[in-house]
Amino acid sequence: MEREPAGTEEPGPPGRRRRREGRTRTVRSNLLPPPGAEDPAAGAAKGERRRRRGCPQHLADNRLKTTKYTLLSFLPKNLFEQFHRPANVYFVFIALLNFVPAVNAFQPGLALAPVLFILAITAFRDLWEDYSRHRSDHKINHLGCLVFSREEKKYVNRFWKEIHVGDFVRLRCNEIFPADILLLSSSDPDGLCHIETANLDGETNLKRRQVVRGFSELVSEFNPLTFTSVIECEKPNNDLSRFRGCIIHDNGKKAGLYKENLLLRGCTLRNTDAVVGIVIYAGHETKALLNNSGPRYKRSKLERQMNCDVLWCVLLLVCMSLFSAVGHGLWIWRYQEKKSLFYVPTSDGSSLSPVTAAVYSFLTMIIVLQVLIPISLYVSIEIVKACQVYFINQDVQLYDEETDSQLQCRALNITEDLGQIQYIFSDKTGTLTENKMVFRRCTVSGVEYSHDANAQRLARYQEADSEEEEVVPRGGSVSQRGSIGSHQSVRVVHRTQSTKSHRRTGSRAEAKRASMLSKHTAFSSPMEKDITPDPKLLEKVSECDKSLAVARHQEHPLAHLSPELSDVFDFFIALTICNTVVVTCPDQPRTKVRVRFELKSPVKTIEDFLRRFTPSCLTSGCSSIGSLAANKSNHKSGSSFLSTPSSDGMLLRLESLGQPTSAITSNSYSSQADDWASELAQEQEPDHELRYEAESPDEAALVYAARAYNCVLVERLHDQVSVELPHLGRLTFDLLHTLGFDSIRKRMSVVIRHPLTNEINVYTKGADSVVMDLLQPCSSVDARGRHQKKIRSKTQNYLNLYAAEGLRTLCIAKRVLSKEEYACWLQSHLEAESSPENSEELLFQSAIRLETNLHLLGATGIEDRLQDGVPETISKLRQAGLQIWVLTGDKQETAVNIAYACKLLDHDEEVITLNATSQEACAALLDQCLRYVQSRGLQRAPEKTKGKCRSVLCCRSTPLQKSMVVKLVRSKLKAMTLAIGDGANDVSMIQEGMQAVMASDFAVPKFRYLERLLILHGHWCYSRLANMVLYFFYKNTMFVGLLFWFQFFCGFSASAMIDQWYLIFFNLLFSSLPPLVTGVLDRDVPANVLQTNPQLYKSGQNMEEYRPRTFWFNMADATFQSLVCFSIPYLAYYDSNVDLFTWGTPIVTIALLTFLLHLGIETKTWTWLNWITCGFSVLLFFTVALIYNASCATCYPPSNPYWTMQALLGDPVFYLTCLMTPVAALLPRLFFRSLQGSVLPTQLQLARQLARKSPRRHRTPKETSAQGCLPKDSGTEHSVGRTVSVPLSQPSWHTQQPACSPEASGEPSTVDMSMALREHTLLERLSAPAPSLPTFSLLNWISSWSLVSRLGSVLQFARTEQLADGQTGRGLAVQPHSGRSGLQGPDHRLLIGASSRRSQ
Amino acid sequence: MTWSATARGAHQPDNTAFTQQRLPAWQPLLSASIALPLFFCAGLAFIGLGLGLYYSSNGIKELEYDYTGDSGTGNCSVCAAADQGRAPPPPCSCAWNFSLPELFQGPVYLYYELTNFYQNNRRYGVSRDDEQLSGLPSALRHPVNECAPYQLSAAGLPIAPCGAIANSLFNDSFSLWHQRLPGGLYVEVPLDRSGIAWWTDYHVKFRNPPLVNGSLALAFQGTAPPPNWRRPVYELSPDPNNTGFINQDFVVWMRTAALPTFRKLYARIRQGNYSAGLPRGAYRVNITYNYPVRAFGGHKLLIFSSISWMGGKNPFLGIAYLVVGSLCILTGFVMLIVYIRYQDQDDDDEE
Repeated sequence: MEREPAGTEEPGPPGRRRRREGRTRTVRSNLLPPPGAEDPAAGAAKGERRRRRGCPQHLADNRLKTTKYTLLSFLPKNLFEQFHRPANVYFVFIALLNFVPAVNAFQPGLALAPVLFILAITAFRDLWEDYSRHRSDHKINHLGCLVFSREEKKYVNRFWKEIHVGDFVRLRCNEIFPADILLLSSSDPDGLCHIETANLDGETNLKRRQVVRGFSELVSEFNPLTFTSVIECEKPNNDLSRFRGCIIHDNGKKAGLYKENLLLRGCTLRNTDAVVGIVIYAGHETKALLNNSGPRYKRSKLERQMNCDVLWCVLLLVCMSLFSAVGHGLWIWRYQEKKSLFYVPTSDGSSLSPVTAAVYSFLTMIIVLQVLIPISLYVSIEIVKACQVYFINQDVQLYDEETDSQLQCRALNITEDLGQIQYIFSDKTGTLTENKMVFRRCTVSGVEYSHDANAQRLARYQEADSEEEEVVPRGGSVSQRGSIGSHQSVRVVHRTQSTKSHRRTGSRAEAKRASMLSKHTAFSSPMEKDITPDPKLLEKVSECDKSLAVARHQEHPLAHLSPELSDVFDFFIALTICNTVVVTCPDQPRTKVRVRFELKSPVKTIEDFLRRFTPSCLTSGCSSIGSLAANKSNHKSGSSFLSTPSSDGMLLRLESLGQPTSAITSNSYSSQADDWASELAQEQEPDHELRYEAESPDEAALVYAARAYNCVLVERLHDQVSVELPHLGRLTFDLLHTLGFDSIRKRMSVVIRHPLTNEINVYTKGADSVVMDLLQPCSSVDARGRHQKKIRSKTQNYLNLYAAEGLRTLCIAKRVLSKEEYACWLQSHLEAESSPENSEELLFQSAIRLETNLHLLGATGIEDRLQDGVPETISKLRQAGLQIWVLTGDKQETAVNIAYACKLLDHDEEVITLNATSQEACAALLDQCLRYVQSRGLQRAPEKTKGKCRSVLCCRSTPLQKSMVVKLVRSKLKAMTLAIGDGANDVSMIQEGMQAVMASDFAVPKFRYLERLLILHGHWCYSRLANMVLYFFYKNTMFVGLLFWFQFFCGFSASAMIDQWYLIFFNLLFSSLPPLVTGVLDRDVPANVLQTNPQLYKSGQNMEEYRPRTFWFNMADATFQSLVCFSIPYLAYYDSNVDLFTWGTPIVTIALLTFLLHLGIETKTWTWLNWITCGFSVLLFFTVALIYNASCATCYPPSNPYWTMQALLGDPVFYLTCLMTPVAALLPRLFFRSLQGSVLPTQLQLARQLARKSPRRHRTPKETSAQGCLPKDSGTEHSVGRTVSVPLSQPSWHTQQPACSPEASGEPSTVDMSMALREHTLLERLSAPAPSLPTFSLLNWISSWSLVSRLGSVLQFARTEQLADGQTGRGLAVQPHSGRSGLQGPDHRLLIGASSRRSQ
Repeated sequence: MTWSATARGAHQPDNTAFTQQRLPAWQPLLSASIALPLFFCAGLAFIGLGLGLYYSSNGIKELEYDYTGDSGTGNCSVCAAADQGRAPPPPCSCAWNFSLPELFQGPVYLYYELTNFYQNNRRYGVSRDDEQLSGLPSALRHPVNECAPYQLSAAGLPIAPCGAIANSLFNDSFSLWHQRLPGGLYVEVPLDRSGIAWWTDYHVKFRNPPLVNGSLALAFQGTAPPPNWRRPVYELSPDPNNTGFINQDFVVWMRTAALPTFRKLYARIRQGNYSAGLPRGAYRVNITYNYPVRAFGGHKLLIFSSISWMGGKNPFLGIAYLVVGSLCILTGFVMLIVYIRYQDQDDDDEE
C-alpha cells in the first residue's frame, strides 16, 4: 500500500476498518415482507417491531424534531438548563438565603423577584425560540414527497415525517431530498443525477451522483417491489464526504456503495427529471442533521475578561462581607453586655455570641450587597448583542444586491470579537477572488499567444462596470478604443459589437438579472463566455480545421499537419473535451429525449461522468447517435469490448462522417460559412446558445475559450463527446474513460478514441508542476527531440511568466496509446474497478500508470479575478493592524503575485522566503518553522514578533494544513483569529471538527464587506460592549459602596438605608434602560471616520477600552463616587431628626442621577433615544417611588416608607443635596476626561475631533482608482485588470468567517484528509518594516512529497534535513522578490532547504 | 455606492436612519473648550447658592445641653449615678438652667438628642409590628415574630406595642420654665407637644385598636406592656388623642433614626407669649431623668433650635456648596490654561 486512500479517510487509519465491520447498519426494503428466519442477523426482536407498519425498521423515522421542550417538560427542563449558569444559581441561592430568618435581609418574596424576573425573561425567550423551531419543524415535517406505497403499488404523496428508512422515494427536479437516500434509479439514461449542495456547504456548483452500480443497467423502469437486496452501510455519522457500504443482491453478489451514490438530505435535485432511491438514514440520523449542531455559543474574549472581573467582584463582595462580619462581631461584643437599649437579644431572650452574630451578619451582608454582582448584566449583554446582530444584519452597505444576500450572523454572541481580531486567515480562491475564471493567455507548442484584444476587452468590462449608470451605449467610442493597439483590422469592429452588448449586460442590474435567470447554472458570466481570440492562433486553428476537413477521409489525417498545427488542434480538442463540462440549452424546456442505451459501455469511468440531454437544436444528431449507439451495443457486450475496437472505430468514423450533414441541415452551423458567420448566427439566435455547466470554473473558462476558437463543445454523453468545428463539422469522440481530478494527482485525464485517426488518445490537463514531470523523456539526439525540449523550456518560461502575472496555470498534454498498451492498462484498470475493497486506491494507481510519457501540447493562463475592492479592503485591514495570512493551494509564484496585486505584499517590502521539506504531519514542522522564524527574526524582542509579521502567505496548502496553521497561531501566539473561506475546503480551517459550513459564525456576501464588518461594526460592537460592561461594573460597585459605607454607622449590622424595593429594582428598572440604549446605539467614532482611518481598529485589538487597568480605574472611581454620594447626604443630614428611609431615599435619587450623568459623560452620541430613556428612568423612579410610598401604610415591613417621597419633595434640602452631590461626585471624572481630551487625546478622541471639525470632509471613500487609463503594455495590464473587477452575476458565494475561539477544539476534520497528506506546502511569513529593526522575516516552507514514496525512509530523511535547517539555514539567504537584498541581514532571510523532491 | 430603487432584492434591509445607525445625534466632545464654560457656570452658581445657604444657616440659633450626667457636668450627674446598676432605674429629676440675653427667634423647637444610639441596626430596626401599630386587632393579639424577644411577655401575653423599638421608648420628660425678671417667679412655658410627629404617621400609620365599650384600656386588655415600660400603652397620656399607639412621643420614637447620633422633636414653642420665640431672661428645664444611656456610652442632649426655610441649622450644605463651587472654578481655571495652551496647537494642526 503506497498511499492512503483518498477522499474519505479519517485521520486515524487504525480502527477504521474495525469500525466499519463492527458498526454497520442493515437496510432492507420496507416493501418486503418482514424477514423471518432467513435473516438471523436482523434479530427476532427487531423483526417483531417491524411488523407494525408494513415493514418499518428499527431505525429513526424522518420526523424532524429540533424543539427542546414539550408543554409539560418546559418548566422543569428550562429551569434545569438555566441553572447551568453559575450566575443564576448564585442569584437563586441569595434569594433563598432570604428565607432563613436569622440572616434575611429583605422580604423573602421580594428578594426572589429579580431573579424570577430574569429567569422568566430567559424562559420566555427560550419558549419563543422553541416555538419558532416547532413551527419550522412542522413546516418541514409536512413537506410532501412521493413515497412508494406497498398497498397501492405506486408512489403516493406523503409527508416528510412519514418517511422511514427503507422507503422508496421518488423526487423530481428541483425538489429537496427529505432524507439521505441511496440513488437507485435516475431518469437520466446514464444513471446520473445532479445535486446542489448549497444548503450544506454553500457551494452552488452542481455535483454528480450516480446510481448504484448494478441498477443503472436496468432495462426497464425501476420497480421498488422487485428490490430485494440488502444494504449494509455505516452507522449514521456526520461525515458529509464519506459514505461506504455495500449492497448485497439476492444472488449473493456484492457491490460497493460510495458517497457518489448517496443523496444527502437538504440538497436539491437539479437538471434531472426524477430519481428514485431508498432511504438509508432518516430524520436526525441524516448527515445534514448530524452536522447541524444548532446555533453555537462561543464565548467572546470580552466576555471571558468580563467573567474574570465578575470573579473579582465576587472576591470584593466576600471581602466586604467579611469586613462587615468582623465589624459586627466587635460591635456586638461591645454592646451586648451593656444593657444597650438598641441591642436586641435573640428571640428566646438569650444573647447572641459575637461570633454567631458575625456569621449571620456575613450572610446577610452577602444578600444586601448582592447587587455588586450585576444580575442584570448578563441579560443586558444578551439584549445588546441581539441588537448588534440585528444592526449588522440590517446594514444596507453589507447587502449584496447581485446575490440578494445580506450579511448573516450565525453566532449570536461573539459580535464584539469582530473588533478585536488580530489575525485573518483567508482562503484565496473564491474568497479574495471572484472564482470566475477568465481565460487570459495560452501557449501552444512553445508559441505564446498573448490575447491582447482579450485583455482589452476585459479592461473594457471594468470600464463598463465603473460606468454602470451610463447604460446608454457608446458604441462608437468603444469600437474606437477597441481598435487602439490591436492587431485586428476588420474583425475588431465586429467584436466590439459583441463586447458592447456585453458591456451593457455587464452593468450591475443586468448582471443581476442574468444571474437570476441562470440561477441554477454555475459559472457562466459574460466575461467567461465571451473571449476575443488571438488572431494568429485563430488563423492556425482554422487552418487546421480546413486542412483536416480536406484530409479527413485519408488514412492519417493528422499526419498532414505540421507538428505545430497538430499540437494546436490537439490542444483545442483537449480544452474542449478534457473536462466534465455539461452542455445545456437554457431556454429549452427540460424535455428528455428518452433514448435508452440498453447496454452501457463496459468501460467504467473512475469518477462518475456527466451526461447532459441534448439541446433540442441538436436532437436529430442526438437521436442518430442514439441509434448508432444502439447498433454499437450489439458489438459491445460485457468485456468483449477489447476484441472489437476496430469495428467500433469504424462505426465512430461512420458516425462522424454522417454527422456534418445532419448538423448543417438541422441548425445554423455551417461548414461553408466563415467563422464569423457562425458567430453571427449564434448571436442572432441567442435561444440556441449553448451553456456550459462545469464542476469548476476553470473548466468552463477553458471550454468557452475553445468555443471562441470555433471549437465548440456541443454535446457530452456518458460515453461520447461531440465537438463542432466550422469545417470539419461535428466530431464525436468516443469517451472511454474519465479520470477525474483529485488534489493529489492535481490533474485529470480523458481517454478517448479519436474519430479522425482512430487512435486511443489520453488528454491530460493538470497543474504544471505535475504535468511537466510526467512528460515523455525526449532524447536530445534527434532533431525532433531537441525541438520538443525547446518547446518544453519555452513553455516552462511562459508558465513562469503566467505565474508571475498571477494567472492560474494549467498544462495540457496528450498521450497516444497503442492498442496493446491500452488493452494492458484496461485490464488492470478493470481489475481495480471490480475490487470492492481498495478500489479507490487501485484506481488511483491505475490513473497514475496511464498518465505518463505525455506529450506536451501547451499551457493556459487563467485569471481568477480579484473581487471588487479586495486590494482596498486588504490594505485597509492591514492599516487596521490586522495580520492577514492567505492560505492557498496555488503555487508559490501565482500566490505571491496575487498577493502583490491585492496589496497583501507591498513592493517596497522585503519578502523572505523560507522553504523546508517536511514529513507527513506538517503540524510539527510548521510549529518548528514558526518558532524558528520567531527566534531568528526577533531574538531580542520576542514580544514584538507579532507586530512585525505583517502578512503571511502559505502556498500549496491543503485544507487540513490550513486548519493546522490556524490552530498553531491560535495556540502559540494566543491571538484572536478569524478564518475566512468560501467552501467546503476551508471548513477545517474555520473550525476543526465540524464539516458543515452551516457552522460558520458569519456569512458575508463578498470579501470587501469584511472591511465594514470588522472596521466599523467590529469596532462599534467592541467599544459599545466594553463600555457597557465597564459601566455596569461601575454602577454596581458604586451602588454597593453606598450600602457598605453605611455599615460603619449602623454597627455593621447589614442594615440598609435604601428601601428594599429600590435596592432590588434599582438595577432592573430604574437604571437599566439608558445603558442599554447607549450599549446598542452609541457610536464612539462616526462611521466615515472609522472607514477612512482604519488604524482606529487597533484600539480594539489592544483592548484599549476594557483593560484590567481600566477596570480597576473604573472601580476606584466608583468607590470615590459612592463615598461622595454617601458622605454628602450624611453630613447634610447629620445631627438631624431624619429617619432612616427619609435619609436613604435622597441617596438613591442621588445615585440615580449620578449614574445617568456618568453615562452622559461616557456616551458619545446622544440620539433622541438616549434623551428619552434617561428622562424615562428618572421619571420612572419618581413615579414608582411616589406610588409605592403612597400605596400602603403598613404593607412593606420593615421599611414602611409611607409618604416618604412626598415629604422629601417638600424639603428643600433634598433638592439641594440632589443637585450638588452628583456634580461633586462626577467632578473628577469630568475633569479627567476633559483634560485628557485636550492634552492627551487618544486616537479615538482625535478621530472624533476630526469628524467634528470637518463633518463634510470625510465621506465614505469611493474607490476610483485604475479606471481611466487603459493599460499601455501587457506587463502592467494584468495588474490593472486585477485592481478593479467587473461585478457580474455571481452565484451566492458565501464567505464564512468565524472568529475562532481557543476553546473550540475537537477532532481534526476528516473531510479533507485525503488532500492533506504530504503535499507541497509553502509557508511564507512576512513582516512589515519596523522602524528600528531590519525589516522582516518570511518563512517559506515547502514540503514536497512524492505521492508514491516510502513513508519510513522519507520520514527519516525529513527529520535529518529539518535538523540541518536549524543549524545551517542561517547562511542560505535568498532574496526572492526584492532588489534590496543588500540591506538585509542573513538572519532575516532564510531558505530552509528549498528542495523539492519527487522520487518518480 | 448607489442602489437603484427599482431593483430591490427580497432580502435588502430597510434603509432607515435607525437600522443604518444614522440617527441624528448630538455628539459632545469632552475637552477643555467644552468643559470650560461648564465648570465656570457650575462653579459660580454653586458659590452663589452656597453663600445663600451659609448665611441662612448662620441665622439659625441653636442652644444645646448635654444632660447625660457625666460627673461634674451638672445636677443630672446624681441621677446618672443613681441609674447605674438598678434594673428599672428609679425616677429622678434634675434641671438645666440657662439664660437668654436676647430673644431667641421663633418658632423654637425643642429636640432631644441621643448619641451612640444605634436605632438603625438591623435587628433593632425590624423589631416592630406595623400592623399592630395600625390598630389591627388580630395583630394586637398576635405580634409578628420579628418582635421577638419582645413579642410575648413572660406570662405569655402578647406585648403591645411589641418589639425592641417600642421597648426602648425614650421616656425622659422635660418642662420649660421662664423667669421673666431676675429673682422673679418661674412661669411654665407652654410646650406644644402635638403635631411633632409626621401627619401621616399620626393619622394614617398609627391607629389605636377599636375601642371596647368606649375604653381604650379594655381594647388593650390581654396584652402586656413592653418590659421596660412602667405604664401600659393606653396610659401614656391622659389625652385620649395622644395615648395608645397614637401618642406623639411614641410615634416620633418609632420613626427610627438614620444615624447613631440623632435628634427627635420633643415639642414646639409657639403658644401664648412665646409664639415669637423665647424672650430674654432666665430659663430652667426640669428634666425627669429616666432613660439610661451611660451604660453603652451614649449621651443625651437637649436642644433649642429655631428653623428657617431650609429646616434646622445646617452649616454643612452651604459650606459644601462653596467648596464644590470653588473646586469647579479651580478646575475651570486649569481648563482655561489647558485650553489656551492646546488651542494653539489645534490651530496649528489645522493649518
